[in-house]
Amino acid sequence: MNVEEIRRQFPILRRTVHGKPLIYLDSGATSQKPQAVIDAICRYYSEYNANVHRGVYQISEEATAEYEGARKKTASFINAKEPAEIVFTRGTTEAINLVAYSWGRKNIAQGDKIILTVMEHHSNIIPWQLLAKEKKAELEYVDIDEEGKLKTDELDELIERGAKLLALTHVSNVLGTVNPVKEIVRKAHSNGITVLLDGAQSVPHMLVDIQDIGCDFLTASGHKMLAPTGSGFLYARKELLEEMPPFLGGGDMIREVHLRDAKWNDVPWKFEAGTMHIEGAIGLGVAVDFLQNLGMSNVRAHEEKITGYALEKLSEVKGVRIYGPPDVDSRGGVVAFTMDSAHPHDIASILDGEGIAIRAGHHCAMPLMERLNVPATARASFYLYNKEEEVDLLAGGLEKVRQVFA
Amino acid sequence: MTYDIYREIILDHYKNPRNFGELENPDIKAKDSNPLCGDVIEIQMKVDAKGIVKDVRFNGQGCAISRASASMLTELVQGKTLDEVRAIGKKDVLDNLGNPDLGPARIKCALLALKVLKVGVYSYIGQAMEKDADLS
Ligand SMILES: Cc1ncc(COP(=O)(O)O)c(C=O)c1O
Repeated sequence: MNVEEIRRQFPILRRTVHGKPLIYLDSGATSQKPQAVIDAICRYYSEYNANVHRGVYQISEEATAEYEGARKKTASFINAKEPAEIVFTRGTTEAINLVAYSWGRKNIAQGDKIILTVMEHHSNIIPWQLLAKEKKAELEYVDIDEEGKLKTDELDELIERGAKLLALTHVSNVLGTVNPVKEIVRKAHSNGITVLLDGAQSVPHMLVDIQDIGCDFLTASGHKMLAPTGSGFLYARKELLEEMPPFLGGGDMIREVHLRDAKWNDVPWKFEAGTMHIEGAIGLGVAVDFLQNLGMSNVRAHEEKITGYALEKLSEVKGVRIYGPPDVDSRGGVVAFTMDSAHPHDIASILDGEGIAIRAGHHCAMPLMERLNVPATARASFYLYNKEEEVDLLAGGLEKVRQVFA
Repeated sequence: MTYDIYREIILDHYKNPRNFGELENPDIKAKDSNPLCGDVIEIQMKVDAKGIVKDVRFNGQGCAISRASASMLTELVQGKTLDEVRAIGKKDVLDNLGNPDLGPARIKCALLALKVLKVGVYSYIGQAMEKDADLS
């Protein structure tokens, strides 16, 4: 993979911040967009803007073809059996809420157990809290060990004791931990437990083969994988989607409507009520093409290399403490850290002065912050356009932080 | 822009916060957090019968800006009447920090302590009024 060649396709990487070149190390929050995706959005609005599934005229047919084409690409990207298993959503958050509202309210009853982990993003906690309160169900949490990996013996025990659902992240957005999901899904299924995988931090960065992993639900956010904000998807096995009641009601999700009742459209459209984020879905299709052209195993290899380099460089800065697994093959391109002298917020402010964008805060994972016993952390996260020189500049910026707070 | 916010005086208040800790039986006690970064500030005060701040402490976790701002604020309120404390505003805090244009993200850090202070003082005044009303 030629990083310089890739960087040329991301116009934002040409800009400066406070007079210095932008060093963007916050792709875990949202990724930058290549020209191809930006052009696809412009093209939709300037050449064939029309609603989908409605018009019998040329441009509506073109829009529908592009929209449904994006669904096909997304399905093949994660190796789903068919496009009907992909429901477009606003992102991971909406996808998980859809499952909690629709599948959850139908299948979870009083006393049922839902297994989560302490490393979940709030979007994979709150929908289940809401559901558990409504149904009087119970939430159980799997802890992590000192390296930030799931305690598998604890997870195994909870699985053996039985539950209705296991909802966990594939890759932690703070620790970077890549969970051994294939093995976990196998164990859960052999105990009759349905599995939802939060793929927000895995789908953009590595090969995710849904048939190989075998989970029942997978969620992802387009904006973290080169596509526009407000795009994303839920994957669910078709049998599950067919049994699930609708989420939002309105246009497009129906077959027939009478005054007192209605018949639902086929899946996946049953779950796509109202006018969808059409250019978002189209942009997602183009982003998927972009990623597939590079090859997900190349993307992953690049990130492993740069993450390994960052772990090395950052641990050379005095007073830096890094969280998460030390071995790059069980972690994604996310490096969360704290410094003994400076608060994460101050670290981020000083780095901003150097043109370096990192995240500081609780990363929407307050239970994990509590577990790590820190109020917040700083986090650098990498993607296919980052290079080792940027890591050097990050390390140099942290030396400046040390000087200011010495 | 970003560097200048870490002036000597701010770093000094951050590293050696004034009035840091807790009071026994404070008359006023208020706490709030910044949901963006998880910073927490608590302010405690002792007030005499004339409504004068006799003693003040703050505690909590925070970045340099929120901590320095809280530390400076405690120095400012010491010995003041509650009316004077009520009159302290955003501008006073930013002037104290020596930086009128912190970015929109950091200004929340700077103003957290002031928010806590106001909540504490207003609820104290509210309670005092209720008591008065009961007696009459
Ligand atoms: C692991 C994880 N899950 C869920 C989300 C939520 O994604 P979105 O805000 O796109 O819905 C994020 C994004 O921050 C994430 O990192």
